[in-house]
Amino acid sequence: MDDLITYSQQQPDVLVEIRDMYFSRGGRPIFDGINMDISRGQVTAIMGPSGTGKTTLLKLIGGQLKPDAGTIKVDGEDVHKLSHKALYELRQRMMGMLFQSGALLTDLNVYDNVAFPLREHTPLSESMVHHLVLLKLQAVGLRGARDLMPAELSGGMARRVALARAIALDPQMIMYDEPFTGQDPISMGVLVSLIRNLNTALGLSSIVVSHDVPETCSISDYVYSAGKVVEHGTPTQLSASESPWVKQFMGGLADGPVPFHFKGAAIMDDLLQGGVK
Amino acid sequence: MSTRNIEILVGLFVAGALAALFMLAMKVSNFTSYGEDDHGYEIHASFDNIGGLKVRSPVSAGGVRVGKVSDISYDNESFEAVVTMSLESKYKFPKDTSAGILTAGLLGEQYVGLEPGGDDENLADGSTIELTQSALVLEQVIGQFLYSKAQDDK
Amino acid sequence: MLSHFLQKLGHRSLSIFARLGRASQFLWATLLAMPSVLLRPNLLIKQMYSTGVQTLVIILVAGVFVGMVLALQAYIVLVDFGAEESISLMVSLSILRELGPVFTGLLFAGRAGSALTAEIGLMKSTEQLSGMEMMAVDPMKYIIAPRFLAGIISVPMLAMIFMAVAVLGGFFVATDMLGQYEGVFWSQLHVKVDFYNDVVNGIIKSAVFGFVVVWIAVFEGYDCVPTSEGLGQATTRSVVYGSLAVLGLDFVLTAVMYAV
Repeated sequence: MDDLITYSQQQPDVLVEIRDMYFSRGGRPIFDGINMDISRGQVTAIMGPSGTGKTTLLKLIGGQLKPDAGTIKVDGEDVHKLSHKALYELRQRMMGMLFQSGALLTDLNVYDNVAFPLREHTPLSESMVHHLVLLKLQAVGLRGARDLMPAELSGGMARRVALARAIALDPQMIMYDEPFTGQDPISMGVLVSLIRNLNTALGLSSIVVSHDVPETCSISDYVYSAGKVVEHGTPTQLSASESPWVKQFMGGLADGPVPFHFKGAAIMDDLLQGGVK
Repeated sequence: MSTRNIEILVGLFVAGALAALFMLAMKVSNFTSYGEDDHGYEIHASFDNIGGLKVRSPVSAGGVRVGKVSDISYDNESFEAVVTMSLESKYKFPKDTSAGILTAGLLGEQYVGLEPGGDDENLADGSTIELTQSALVLEQVIGQFLYSKAQDDK
Repeated sequence: MLSHFLQKLGHRSLSIFARLGRASQFLWATLLAMPSVLLRPNLLIKQMYSTGVQTLVIILVAGVFVGMVLALQAYIVLVDFGAEESISLMVSLSILRELGPVFTGLLFAGRAGSALTAEIGLMKSTEQLSGMEMMAVDPMKYIIAPRFLAGIISVPMLAMIFMAVAVLGGFFVATDMLGQYEGVFWSQLHVKVDFYNDVVNGIIKSAVFGFVVVWIAVFEGYDCVPTSEGLGQATTRSVVYGSLAVLGLDFVLTAVMYAV
């Protein structure tokens, strides 16, 4: 459906490669033949209105969902052709994921939550784990909160803990599912700078799925708009775009290609019908 | 709940279950008598009719249980029911012992009662009791009774 | 109108089969994950506490009362035949062969089964299971299999405790309340209750019930619709289906074990 666009800027290494991917749910097509390249070392944003399948895309990349057709390659490996064991190894090596709600294990405290992947996957001693956990928590600014239970954390704090957990094994890429949704300005700012700084400091690649335009654009190197991949480019390229769809989204306009009114009968017909059933 | 406390409680749980099993085995069932089988010996007896006798029905002598019925089969040549009994080895019976199928109480279960004879030699493993008394079949008893009544009236 | 009804019926039936298929796949995956549970005994012990130890109270109370009631009722019936001596036999055989395994299965489905479903369902709703997958920790091995194994081990043990306690309850009623002699009570049992046929069969029954109840409970949680309404429905279904399965299997097992 879409052509593969090569960018004439630098040719960074491609971390995630999606080709001709089709995916539908409940009969509705969500992705029909999309192509995407996500580069190493960059913060790539995937944006779009709700319901366009952004979270689904992350799940497809992570191997939790299988596409109807097409390939998704992470670090050169076709995710959905891997065996169960190989898939888990890929996840361990490559991927960290930050869920919208944090998805912390509710019966463990903050410290144990961050230590969880370390204890499960590495033979490190408890003292080494202790050091690593504290360092990760320090990176997100929550070292002092290590004895709290997830239920005692605010939403923003929970997400930061989840972030610390996601970087515990030093993965090569982190996927953020709507990290800014529902946050107060301060937490938002904290998260925004964390995502950008971690990406640079740890040499990560980040994929941010969001619909918060200004925040996301402020830290992204590259942006895709989700759905049919209408447009992609650097944030500056997109804001200059002529496509009415992108204009509506980036400008936060109430009406446009995504209509204000939900599909239904004309208003005069509805009013005349009123009461007569 | 600390891990240590949990472990202790689970341990108590398992111990409790084992204790329960032990109690059930020892007090509530015949588990203890299973060990006694190893030293038994088997004898056979043929009956015209075994009535309600079943496998594991008791074998008694003088009212004391000395063994149990281990097998019941039908001899298609002599047309008799063959009962195999497993007796505890500490009880020995003379070769001319007789076996009868009796009923415990009025409506109780049926068992094999042994009447010892006077022979010098004892029954060995695999030997057969010659003198047998079949079970009382109610219909035959009533039939006999009516017949003899009819005779008396003549 | 009729075709619409038939269509719905067909759709419904197919979804029942689809569910059964998913449940079987789930069971297979769980069984494959079982060996790894032995590598993490801590998880197993914690789950045995949650499913086994915490069900113990209701089992003990129910066991005592069932045994006592049974002894009373046995007396009322048997005294007309002059057969009061057989109270212990009637109580024990009923408990060992039927009431022990069945009651344990039903109580377990209600108390532990519903808790398992709710817990796993909640983990699904809050994306904890998904999160674990992305951390490359297989939730099958870490969450599901330990609970499954704990259930399979706990239920027979609970059944044994139930049976022992019930017989003791019956003993208490027979001797203290009804004035039977202690020796008479136990001696009847010693002879007439067969260890393999009665005790062991009862334990086998409870093991089968435990397996099925835990399977249903864990699957319902894993497969639930991740909303609060969906979770409620899943919990209800797990108790209802679990209980029905216990009763249905009881009939099958009884017919097989005590074949006439």
